[in-house]
Amino acid sequence: MIEIQIDKKLYGANGEMQLSVDLQIQEGSFIALSGKSGSGKTTLLRVLAGLEEAKGTINVSGDLWMDKTTSLPIQKRELGFVFQDYALFENMSVEQNLLFVSKDKPLVEKLLKMTELYELKDRYPNSLSGGQKQRVSICRAFMKKPKILLLDEPLSALDVTMRHKLQKEILLLHKEFQTTTIMVSHDPSEIYKLASRVLILDNGTLTEDGSPKEVLLKTQGSQKFSFSGELLEIKKVDVIYIAVVAIAQQIVEVVVSHQEVQNLEIGAEVVLSTKAFTPSIMMA
Amino acid sequence: MIDFEPFFLSFKLAALTSLILFFISLPLAWYLSQTRSKVKPFIEALSALPIVLPPSVLGFYILFALSYNSPIGAFFEDTFNIKLVFSFTGLVIASCFYSLPFMLQPLQNGFESLNKNMLEASYIAGKSTLSTIFQVALPNMKPALLTALIVTFAHTVGEFGVVLMVGGSIPGETKVASVAIYEMVEIMDYKAAHIYSAMMILISFGVLLSVYIFNARHNKRFGL
Repeated sequence: MIEIQIDKKLYGANGEMQLSVDLQIQEGSFIALSGKSGSGKTTLLRVLAGLEEAKGTINVSGDLWMDKTTSLPIQKRELGFVFQDYALFENMSVEQNLLFVSKDKPLVEKLLKMTELYELKDRYPNSLSGGQKQRVSICRAFMKKPKILLLDEPLSALDVTMRHKLQKEILLLHKEFQTTTIMVSHDPSEIYKLASRVLILDNGTLTEDGSPKEVLLKTQGSQKFSFSGELLEIKKVDVIYIAVVAIAQQIVEVVVSHQEVQNLEIGAEVVLSTKAFTPSIMMA
Repeated sequence: MIDFEPFFLSFKLAALTSLILFFISLPLAWYLSQTRSKVKPFIEALSALPIVLPPSVLGFYILFALSYNSPIGAFFEDTFNIKLVFSFTGLVIASCFYSLPFMLQPLQNGFESLNKNMLEASYIAGKSTLSTIFQVALPNMKPALLTALIVTFAHTVGEFGVVLMVGGSIPGETKVASVAIYEMVEIMDYKAAHIYSAMMILISFGVLLSVYIFNARHNKRFGL
């Protein structure tokens, strides 16, 4: 069992905030960490890694990483960290990047072959694509055979195809090495595919904790599908109103009634859902 | 016949100063680049003073501090029998003060421009601060490194006021190229002054040009 109990004062964009997390994680599980920006997700990962100080305790399967009096140095914590911007050593080739962590050549070969990077092992990071760089970075994180793998929005800078490919690889490696993985992600489909447990962090505290199904499938009533988006504009056309809503990469127009318009606010986050026959739109 | 000794002396002084300053500035630049301490601006301001102070002010205080009348000067002369003023040793010490910002600032900028996550990735990989500096930080800031070394070297070759005040003009000991040119002009030996000055310009230009060419190539290779 991994026990995490952390308290830290943060000075974010919304002023002072208390990051306060009390958490127990089963070894080998895949946790998705989600929440608004500035809610403390990255800080939580950085405290786990030892990159930032905090009060509290971290106990990883009996190894005490942090308590009231001591804090294990970053170098001694058995963890891997994947940054959103890859953070590869630019002066080293792909293979050297991995060997820098540990001189375990067979492991380098295994990881590079699993991620189809073996042919690129002598290339330098500046000649790789974003997706290739992130795969190198993920492989590098596994070189330490980490007990915990921390991924800070690893795929958010990549296109959809590459993201799907890397999701599979992350899951493959997670299973192969039996690590406990904590991944910051905002993508519901990604979370659904990878994680066994979802945590939502809001303003420094965990507000939701459950399986992806429980947390993500929040359709109340009898909607057939629903999307959340941003209400951009309400146009009056003759006797009806048309609401323009941005959903993911799409702009959609829906007809709304005079009554519905009263309850809507431009710029607000809205949920657009439909039952079998009647589409409806309401403030989220 | 032209006497090249002042040139050799200048380059010897510059090489030694650059070497010493590199090892002094490296930990200091690293500290300044990583710290969030409130003393940082004070250290920065103090170390940048030689850029703005008249060389005579700096020379005066260094002369004062190193002379036999000060505890430092007296200690060195009594204990090691080393005279710190009007000697080559004194010139090296004075040059280290004078050229410090030219080594420190490029190194600090270099460290600060590195991706912080890359350094953290090195710690997570289990590496100490020292191996992170030498295996990750420095290899990724070659232009800054080269700029620091070359500009310090060139700046030390070009110094005049401090050298004259602390070292005087002892042939073979403290008479560097810039002082030699000054003396030639004073005794109206314009021909020699022309030759020396032209050589200084050529050498300095060549050195600076090679730095800029290297940096341009480096940036192109890394797509900057």
